[in-house]
Amino acid sequence: MKRLRLNTLLQPLFVIALMGSALPAVAVTPKDTLIMARKIDDIKTLDPAEVFEWGSGEVINNIYTRLITLDPEDPTKLTGGVAQSWKVSDDGLTYEFKIRPNMKFHSGNPVTAKDVEFSLRRVVHLKKNPVFIFNQLGWKADTVNEMVKAVDDDTLVLKLAKPYATSLVINCLSAGVGSVVDSVEVQKHVKDNDYGYEWLRTHSAGSGAYKLIAWKPKDAVVLEANAGFYMGAPKMKRFIIRHIAEPSAQRLLLDAGDIDIARDLSADQIKQARKNEKYTVSTTEKLSTYYLGLNSAKSKPLANPKVWEALRWLIDYQGMADSFLDGYYTVHQSFLTGPDGLKDNPYKLDVAKAKALLKEAGYPDGFTISMDLYNTSPQTDIGQSIQSTFAQAGIKVKLQQSDKAQALTTYRSRSHEIMLAAWSPDYMDPHSTAEFFVRNPDNSDASKNNTAAWRNGWDIPELSAMTEKAMMERDTEVRRQIYTKQQEVVQKNAPMIMMFQLLESSVLQKNVSHFITGPGFDTAIYWKIEK
Amino acid sequence: MTILQNFFNSLALHNSVKTAADVIATLCITLFGLLLVTFIIGRIIPIDPVLAITGDRVSAEVYAKVHDELGLDLPVWQQFTSYLGKVFQGDFGTSVLTSQSVLHDIATYFPATIELAIAGTLIGIVAGVPLGIASAVYKNTWLDQIVRVVSLIGYSIPIFWLGLVGLLVFYVKLGWVAGVGRLDVAYEYIIERQTGFIMLDAILSGQWDILQNFLSHLALPAILLGYLSMAYISRMTRSFMLEQLSQIYITTARVKGLSEARIVWHAFRNTLTQLVTVISLTFVNLLEGAVLTETVFAWPGIGLYITNSLFAADMNAVLGGTTVIGICFVMINIAADALGRFFDPRFRRSTS
Repeated sequence: MKRLRLNTLLQPLFVIALMGSALPAVAVTPKDTLIMARKIDDIKTLDPAEVFEWGSGEVINNIYTRLITLDPEDPTKLTGGVAQSWKVSDDGLTYEFKIRPNMKFHSGNPVTAKDVEFSLRRVVHLKKNPVFIFNQLGWKADTVNEMVKAVDDDTLVLKLAKPYATSLVINCLSAGVGSVVDSVEVQKHVKDNDYGYEWLRTHSAGSGAYKLIAWKPKDAVVLEANAGFYMGAPKMKRFIIRHIAEPSAQRLLLDAGDIDIARDLSADQIKQARKNEKYTVSTTEKLSTYYLGLNSAKSKPLANPKVWEALRWLIDYQGMADSFLDGYYTVHQSFLTGPDGLKDNPYKLDVAKAKALLKEAGYPDGFTISMDLYNTSPQTDIGQSIQSTFAQAGIKVKLQQSDKAQALTTYRSRSHEIMLAAWSPDYMDPHSTAEFFVRNPDNSDASKNNTAAWRNGWDIPELSAMTEKAMMERDTEVRRQIYTKQQEVVQKNAPMIMMFQLLESSVLQKNVSHFITGPGFDTAIYWKIEK
Repeated sequence: MTILQNFFNSLALHNSVKTAADVIATLCITLFGLLLVTFIIGRIIPIDPVLAITGDRVSAEVYAKVHDELGLDLPVWQQFTSYLGKVFQGDFGTSVLTSQSVLHDIATYFPATIELAIAGTLIGIVAGVPLGIASAVYKNTWLDQIVRVVSLIGYSIPIFWLGLVGLLVFYVKLGWVAGVGRLDVAYEYIIERQTGFIMLDAILSGQWDILQNFLSHLALPAILLGYLSMAYISRMTRSFMLEQLSQIYITTARVKGLSEARIVWHAFRNTLTQLVTVISLTFVNLLEGAVLTETVFAWPGIGLYITNSLFAADMNAVLGGTTVIGICFVMINIAADALGRFFDPRFRRSTS
């Protein structure tokens, strides 16, 4: 047989390598365009009457102006958006809003009280997911046309079913459903009485800093600046959000200079980025939390409040926060975050104390229990840490990891034992969270209310009544006291263990600044960004 | 899938006479079976399809409304027959995750996959077949060992890891290729979409810079998939060749004094029938099995589409995607069958 020379093989490889190097070098992002990598496969719609996800919530926050909006100077405070000012009647049942003058939609149409009327009624009539935010104010399909009315082009009058806390009402109007759509434009696209829903899912008709050019599902959202934006023209002419699911891929794009902002880097990568001079890390405390749900309706040991107490002493909160959650989550042991949240974190890992409590509860040798959690990081890490510390007191945890939709199905049907769950308020008012954790008017299996209190079988008629009372309490100080009391109860004596608060970290190229993500899931502002 | 594959291999490859009616019957039975199995899987996975649409925070009223809209109150067999009825009218329904009609989605995502699969298979053939032949001819030499080790690596290293390392080296450090996605953002919105295949669209509209950018994006994932295909194709080529080279007709040819090159050529021609099957299987695998590559390279293809949809219990999308892959599977098998017969000397002799 003939002998083969290595050279004959290497030559073509060398040629291929040369061809490769002749390809164009990596581009830098254009000066007037901002490119952000984010996981946005949760976007299902861009109609503000339906939007309820993180990815889409943030996009519509930049396309539409809401009746009430976050103050860009201090994102923990609210200020008028489309509304310039408002007055509340003495009985707390009527709100009168004055519309900001000279405001225009992207189409050039003026923003009037009629548009607000159309937008708010539309949410109630369409009955999509977030409609409950308005339903709880007493606006139902058969009443809303009476209760939401434009008196003239500049004045809007809202009537409420009951005298709710003013802060609750204003906060509800600052949610995504409070976005004002261009009624003239939308009405051009109405089909079969659908309030323009089919069209508005994939188009925009707002007055915000950006208008929608294209949304390609699981691929990209492309926005173009609205030079006539009422707070000033955005610095970036184009804003492109690219769907990059893999954190490592986001990091590579950032390293190569192909993106300006990476939103979903892992705790490790954020730590590295902090040390790298090429980047700035912007970290914001969010309102979102992680907690354990202990299903007292299903598991016998978990029906015992002594066991709840024992488990609280069996979690290495600080250990997790200092290691894999560092710069990503911080220890937080009450259900409210932000200004109303309790600041002290009384629990830490204390195996001896937990063992004593388990003995009192009648489980000196522990027990076996299952825990459901999402199959993504950092949930999997948290699950393993809890599994190992619970084991120190003899509690054997079977971890059941599954995809998010599957874990949620289990949790909502109350068929879990322990659930590692995340919570994020639907709007800024504490009621959103209190209602979820401390309201359970009907603890039966057939109950229509699907709050965390129900899911974990916590039967609390008095506390539920207290939650409803706080919803009506117009004295801010009294209201705050109610929430403080409720937090203390949940912290000490509830089948729920509050553990962590989210710190959102975005990594920016050094030349990028003024990116504000705000405290909520949908509060990021794009128009101030410079580079 | 393997059982199904074997079944179709036997159907597609060993029927010597195949009429159009046979093809259609095969297609119908396959698709019916596929749809039925997929549909049942969609109903037994422990995910509430209503939640996939509404999310966690949903009022009882809205939940009930969506539940009814999806027809979930009907018995499963009735849901299936009504679904089939719609499919016969060409209506695959709407995807929950994208809010678009499933057919529209497939028209968007499938071309991306086909581009990648064709490129990957071509690289696999161009590199794998000669390497396979060479390592059979130079059996147990250093060349054979290297080819085997290279193939083994292709088999054993996880592709997402190779992908990330590839990006790090060739995209971030060396800058030889472009990063993730099908195009740079700058080009993404100026290309005129006609066919959905970026390469074709760029050529049709004469946008050569877009073509160049696309090839630069395609290079790395295609080479990676090509490497995996090469590992499989070269190994199979080697064993087919070894089998042929040990036959008596080869010894006869040597005795007759034929040149070594002609002997190899004779042997190779006799492996073609089997090789076509191997290559068609490789191609089909890349159509549905490149999920990890698609994830790492943010390549919006159909594998990723079906996977994401399944995790969200978005069954319209899963069923639609599966049907398309099923159709491709059957068609490619039929094509491979025809090609195989074309290469089979016995068959040619009987017709010429």
